[in-house]
Order: sequence, then structure tokens, then C-alpha cells
Amino acid sequence: MKAILTLDNLASGLVTTIWTPVFVAIFLAIIAYAFWPRNKAAFDEAASLPLREE
Amino acid sequence: MWFLALCFFRKRIRMSQPSISKSMTTGESGLALVFAVTAFLCLIASAKALDAPFAFHAALSAAASLAAVFCIVNRYFDRPAELPPAEINGRPNYNMGPIKFSSFMAMFWGIAGFLVGLIIASQLAWPALNFDLPWTSFGRLRPLHTSAVIFAFGGNVLIATSFYVVQKTCRVRLAGDLAPWFVVVGYNFFILIAGTGYLLGVTQSKEYAEPEWYADLWLTIVWVTYLLVFLGTIIKRKEPHIFVANWFYLAFIVTIAVLHLGNNPALPVSVFGSKSYVAWGGIQDAMFQWWYGHNAVGFFLTAGFLAIMYYFIPKRAERPIYSYRLSIIHFWALIFLYIWAGPHHLHYTALPDWTQTLGMTFSIMLWMPSWGGMINGLMTLSGAWDKLRTDPVLRMLVVSVAFYGMSTFEGPMMSIKVVNSLSHYTDWTIGHVHSGALGWVGFVSFGALYCLVPWAWNRKELYSLKLVNWHFWIATLGIVLYISAMWVSGILQGLMWRAYTSLGFLEYSFIESVEAMHPFYIIRAAGGGLFLIGALIMAFNLWMTVRLGEQEVQMPVALQPAE
Repeated sequence: MKAILTLDNLASGLVTTIWTPVFVAIFLAIIAYAFWPRNKAAFDEAASLPLREE
Repeated sequence: MWFLALCFFRKRIRMSQPSISKSMTTGESGLALVFAVTAFLCLIASAKALDAPFAFHAALSAAASLAAVFCIVNRYFDRPAELPPAEINGRPNYNMGPIKFSSFMAMFWGIAGFLVGLIIASQLAWPALNFDLPWTSFGRLRPLHTSAVIFAFGGNVLIATSFYVVQKTCRVRLAGDLAPWFVVVGYNFFILIAGTGYLLGVTQSKEYAEPEWYADLWLTIVWVTYLLVFLGTIIKRKEPHIFVANWFYLAFIVTIAVLHLGNNPALPVSVFGSKSYVAWGGIQDAMFQWWYGHNAVGFFLTAGFLAIMYYFIPKRAERPIYSYRLSIIHFWALIFLYIWAGPHHLHYTALPDWTQTLGMTFSIMLWMPSWGGMINGLMTLSGAWDKLRTDPVLRMLVVSVAFYGMSTFEGPMMSIKVVNSLSHYTDWTIGHVHSGALGWVGFVSFGALYCLVPWAWNRKELYSLKLVNWHFWIATLGIVLYISAMWVSGILQGLMWRAYTSLGFLEYSFIESVEAMHPFYIIRAAGGGLFLIGALIMAFNLWMTVRLGEQEVQMPVALQPAE
């Protein structure tokens, strides 16, 4: 059976497909955040957070 | 649920007058009232029960509810008019009571779970050991073993350590007054209902989700409270940054809630009976079940225990996390990938082929974050490698991470369809699970408890590091015996099943493959026995630490009674 292109099909196809690029984009943004040079100092400090208690 | 919400967010009013009139908090009176009503309802359910196990569970719940009312009222009469302050002399007044309770229960359930494991391992080697009784048959004891070690032992370790880590890294007292106690006691009551249910034959036959509908409902209430206590503590934190371990704990708590609700919709035959039927059947049920099952591995047995790794290894090694950036990527990569890996449990079944391939692909991708995390844990020892020689607790924690690396290499490999066609349904799977469970989850939990018990009970150090060393080597030997026996047994079994004669007939009957496994089952039971002996040594060591350990004097804050 050949799929018929309707507005409904197009919309549901888009909604189910869009997640892949959206998730990839979010993940790339997270990597950028983790490696952003300005965040380095804060992360280095956070790395020893358990050692600075009380 | 309003009464629980009130427990969390109730403001503690500090009175300045010297004499304060004492009255019950809304949480205390509300919870006591709810438990009183529950006791009454459970009594009715017990009288009208359609089957004996349900009557027993309803009666047990009625008794537990009455005990809860008694404990709440008794605690009210025993406590001073004011609730424990959030801070003493400007330092957080950490709440250690529920942590101590959970640590104790973890050790108790650990030994029980390992013992039941040893019993069923022996039953496989010598089937007569099931004594031909329904209650001691393999089919009932096996879920008792898996639930006792994963949910009872592992769960209590996770609750205890999460309550400790979230307080320490947020520098604030645990949220809620009765709520943390409701979580730890309520969770252990769930374990009691689930475990006794298995022995009496109550099960919904979903692996790792065996408890029936009423136990599931109770766990939902307890788990949501757990989430609220954890979130409430993070919200009122004094430390601006949310430490990475708390992210892992939060992912564990949230995801387990979603998995539990997703996999367990069922319709009870009667509200007065234990039996229920799942809302959807067939392949949908199978897919849901393994979406649940594998993410229980991913978020209960991995994310939760990675939180332990990210706090306890830096703390014990006295070194910062090797790369905090890597820990962020580790976290989000696990979150994005794990949720898709479930279908690899259903290779070559009625599940659509593309779904199987999808599950396999995501499982293979999981190699990267898993090994990234392992490297991050191991490299945290940079500059402190010598401590592996002198500190057996740190050695246990580090070896656990090595096992994590090993089993997260093996798992993706086994998810490849051609490998799975040999390994599936064989003992190889059992061996793989136990290299993760004994080596990773077991050792990281032991290491964490060896740290946590002296901290929570305010002791200077453990009773004996020498005993920790004995525990380490005996348990390691046990794991090696266990997993190598299962590798050989599993591959042998898989090869025997697929062997054909030159005429195209199967070369071996099934019973011949069972017979061939006998020696490996004895070796496996011996390995499990060694692991149990190690845990008994540990329990003795921790008991003596609490009983005889020297008090740490620098931290009078923690001496505050938690009640």
C-alpha cells in the first residue's frame, strides 16, 4: 500500500521524526556547555566539592 | 497526599519564649490519622480476603499501620517541644537517623539475599535441596533472591547514601521531619510484602517487577515521597552548585518512578484478592517489560551507584574528580542512550526486527559513556594510587569501577545479535549479570557502607581494616569463581544446543546439556558461598565499629539525636 501524503500524515511524521535532530541538538549544546572555556573554573571547583565539607 | 506535602514544606517556627507549649505538628497528627484509617481498612480487607496470602498481607499491613500510629505518637511524647533545628552554631544539623536505619537494613537484606542466592545455586547443583515444598521451590526463591539483593540490599544502600550525599553536598539538613522516616520504613515494608508474597506464590510474573498490584501502589506512595524529600533538600541547599552525584541520584529516583508506573498498570480481579491482570498483553507487554527491565539496570543499578562512585571515591581518595566536564557528558550520554537499549532482551522474538536492531545499536553506543565514566572514576586516583596498597576500602571502590568497565564491555557485546544467538537463555547471561551485580554494585556498596557507617555513627574509623582486607580477597575470589564458571557453562550450553550431526539432527538432548553444566554449578555455588562469607565478615566489622568504635570528637553536630 502506498502512503498518501496528507496534512495529517505529514504532521505526525514530522512530530515523530523531529525528536532525533532535537535530541542531537540538545546533546551537542550540553557538550558545548561542558567544554565552554568560561565554565572551566567553576567545574574545577565543583570537582573538589566533596572535599570542602562542613 | 496533602498531609505528606505539609510534612515537607511545613515551616519550623522557632519560638523565642523560654517555655513553649508542645503540640503535634500537622504532619504528625495527619500521618497518625491516615495510618489509623489505613489500619481499619486493612482489617476489613483481611476479613473479606479471597485468598490466604492477601488475607495475610492485609493483616500485616493493619498491624504495621497500628505500629506506625504508635511510633508517631510515642515519638511525639519523647521529643522536646521544638523539632531539631536545621542548624546548630551556624553549621547544618544533618539528619542521620534514617541513614543509620537504611544502612542497617542494607546489611541485613544483603546477607539474606546472598544466602538465598547460595541456596538456589545449590538447588541447581543438587535439585533435591528444594525439599519438594512449594515455598522452597526454585521458582519462588529465585525472585526472592533477585529482589532481596537488587531492591532490598541495593535499594537501602541507595537511599542511605543519597540521603547522606544530598545533605553533605547541599550543606543543609534533610527536608521533612517524618517524611524521611516514612521513606526508609515504608520502603522496607514494601520489601517485606514483596518477599513474603513470592514465598506464598503471589507474583505478576514480570521479571524484577514481580510484586502484585497492592505492593506496587504502596511503593508508588513511598517513592514519590522519596522524590519529594530529595528535591526538597536540593531546593533549600546552601551550596549554589548541584553536585554531579545528586544529578545521578535524581535521575535514578525520577526514572524508577516512571518505569514503575509504566510497567505495572494492571487490573486486579478483586480489590480483596492478590491476583491481577496486566493492562496490555503480548508483544507490547514484552517490550514494556524489557524497557522497564533494562532501565532498572541502567538507572537503579548504574545511575544510582555511579552517584556513589562520584562522591565516595573522591572523598575516600581525598582527590578531586578527575574531570568534572567528563562527568557532565557521562551523565547526559547515559540519560540519552540507556532508555533505548531494552529491546536487546528480545532478540529473535516476535518483536519487530527494526526494534531489535535499534536496541542493539543503542546498547553498543553505551560503550562510550560507560567507559568514559569508568575512566573518570579510576583516574580520580591520580596522585593517590599508593592508597590502593594501604586502604582496602578504597581498593574495593576502585575494583568495583573496574568491574563496571568489564561488565559494560561485555553487555554491549552480548547485545550484538549474532553473539546473542549463542548467549541468550544460557548461563553466560547469568555470569554477565553477576560480574555487574557482585563486582560493580556489590563492591561499590560495600565500599560506600565501610565509609558511611563510621561517618553516620560518628566513629573515628572502622573497627578493623584487616577484616576489610579479608572481605575484599574472599569476595573477589568468589566473584572470579562465579563468573568464570558461568562463562564456561554458558558457552558450553549454547554450543551444545546448536550442535547438529552430519544427518541434520540435533546432536544433544536438552538433558545432556543440563548434565554437562553440573560441575560448573558446584563451582558457582562455591563462589557464592565465598561472597556470603565476605559479607558476614563485613557485618561483624560494622557491628563492632558501631559498638566499640572511638567517638569522633570534632563533630559534635552529628551527635544530635535524629528523632
